[in-house]
Amino acid sequence: MREITYREAIREAMCEEMRRDEAVYFMGEDIGAYCGAFGVSRGMLEEFGPERILEPPISEAAFVGAGIGSAITGMRPIVELMFSDFMAVCYDQIINQAAKMHFMFAGKVNVPMVIRTAAGGGTGAAAQHSQSLEQMYCHVPGLKVVAPSTPYDAKGLLKTAIRDNNTVIFLEQKLLYNKKGPVPEEEYTLPLGKADICREGKDVSLITYGRMTPLCLEVAGYLSQEGIEAEVLDLRTLSPLDTGAIIATAKKTHRVVVVHEAVQFSGFGGEIVSTIADSEAFYYLDAPVKRVGGLYCPVPFSPVLETNAFPTRERVEAAVREIL
Amino acid sequence: MKRQREGNILEEKELLRELLLRMMTVNQFEEAAYWLFGQGLVHGTMHLSVGEEAASIGTTAALTQEDYMLATHRGHGQALGKGVDIRAMMAELLGRAGGTNHGKGGSMHICDFDHGILGANGIVGANGPIGCGAALTIKMKKIPDRVCAVFFGDGASNEGAMLESMNLAAAWKLPVLFVLVNNTYGMSTPIERAVKNPDLKQRASAFGFPAWECDGNNVLAVYETVKEAREYVAAGNGPALVEEHTYRTSGHSKSDGNLYRSKEEIQYWKDRNPIKRFRDFLLGKGIFTKEEIDAVQAQAKQAVEDAVAYAKAQPEPEPLGLEADVYAR
Repeated sequence: MREITYREAIREAMCEEMRRDEAVYFMGEDIGAYCGAFGVSRGMLEEFGPERILEPPISEAAFVGAGIGSAITGMRPIVELMFSDFMAVCYDQIINQAAKMHFMFAGKVNVPMVIRTAAGGGTGAAAQHSQSLEQMYCHVPGLKVVAPSTPYDAKGLLKTAIRDNNTVIFLEQKLLYNKKGPVPEEEYTLPLGKADICREGKDVSLITYGRMTPLCLEVAGYLSQEGIEAEVLDLRTLSPLDTGAIIATAKKTHRVVVVHEAVQFSGFGGEIVSTIADSEAFYYLDAPVKRVGGLYCPVPFSPVLETNAFPTRERVEAAVREIL
Repeated sequence: MKRQREGNILEEKELLRELLLRMMTVNQFEEAAYWLFGQGLVHGTMHLSVGEEAASIGTTAALTQEDYMLATHRGHGQALGKGVDIRAMMAELLGRAGGTNHGKGGSMHICDFDHGILGANGIVGANGPIGCGAALTIKMKKIPDRVCAVFFGDGASNEGAMLESMNLAAAWKLPVLFVLVNNTYGMSTPIERAVKNPDLKQRASAFGFPAWECDGNNVLAVYETVKEAREYVAAGNGPALVEEHTYRTSGHSKSDGNLYRSKEEIQYWKDRNPIKRFRDFLLGKGIFTKEEIDAVQAQAKQAVEDAVAYAKAQPEPEPLGLEADVYAR
């Protein structure tokens, strides 16, 4: 199978959906000639023209809100928010408007919109351009939250997100944009709310998503050399959450480490642990469930500081050894 | 912008009657809502617009049914004027299953997508960006003769979202009609304390689009001004602003003790309320007889009484399946 990058996979998904459905359009800061801050939209302006590739002024509340207004009147916007941190300047439109309309208006309207945004750290972009804020979206009924870790998943999930009749927050991982992976030439989609066991194991489960998936696979590889077989579960979608897969892997291995880049305190890992704790999987546990998340601090700038603010291979390994 | 009159609106008796009827209906509706609140039948809160009837009715009468409209939290009149079913709206205020939002929205979130009412909004200024989006649809789909009207108040005029919207609408030449209902108070804060420059229509020129201004307590002035501004927007010229000067004689919400303004000030405006003014005008010009006007009043009263009876007869919503209604299929 051919290999393409995470960035290319996302671009392919958008282009295919825009070719398939005239109602789909793409809006975001500097996505035209500049091709977006991360080069995702290269070639799209040439193919679709300025009528469907819209570059708004730097005013996130206005253009995310405009996405909503167009979505409730028949369009299917893909909105690029340059950095996921910028959601703070358009939070009202996402939280109070997009998320609530379908319910608050008694199902009379849908908000079919995808907000694609670059999340996570590791790029030296410091405190305001490196956060993982997915748990803030997950807490709000009405939003769907996707965090793919491979080119294959990114393409299949984005296509589904664009076809979904709800607002989907699509969290792309900055450090994964250049990663290559197999992606079939032919059309495919992946369902939201379905986790992926990307490595089978029997001794411990590493439950993760996004950029931490490759890290967990790396750790599992090292542990395997010692005869410890770790199962790696990539959630792929955080809302809706594949609780069945979480419970199943916990029941299978009896030991769980939850890993995410977001700040550990009050992070999404708490939901994963709770899913285990208030299900029958609780009775299968042979050890406490461990969490490995970001340190409780803003993301620092200096490489040595930044690296240590996020889960490292050493920290994940240490958590596994603690419960074996 | 200066208004240019064509024809004589005073010869359009059916329109004049309709404007009077709608204003009286809004007023009766809110009186009834207030009374029902006192009886404990409306819970939560609501924001009455007594005194602003000419602004809501004059504006919406100048729109087409297909035009999009985004209302404010003080939006009963805006929704009624745009065509929402009065019975369903009353049922919504009572939190009933037969309400516009099936009891899930309440006074601040009235919607009716069949009449272009894309929802009232509980967040001040948040409807500006959404209005830009509806206007974007009009532009992208090349829908002829359609605009999106965005109601907002003097309070919302300082919200970043509203200012961002004005810029976006101007930069992209979107068919947004910004309707600034200036009632001189943001909740209890008078406009003079909220801005250095109280001439809010200048916001439009700052962003490069035209503004109209009118006496918001004169329904004919509102109607004719909005009609002209709407034509400008519908012709593909980009956004426009209409500033309507009015006054809210009712409190901000149910918690308002009117501690921030004098009885004399309120009385001054009650004496100049738009319904009384229009009624006196029509009588003075001999356009309608007192009997004809009384008949309009009776019709409004009847419509509201019917709505109240309908609403009371609606069942409470079933508190089941709430979580199943969060997402669209």
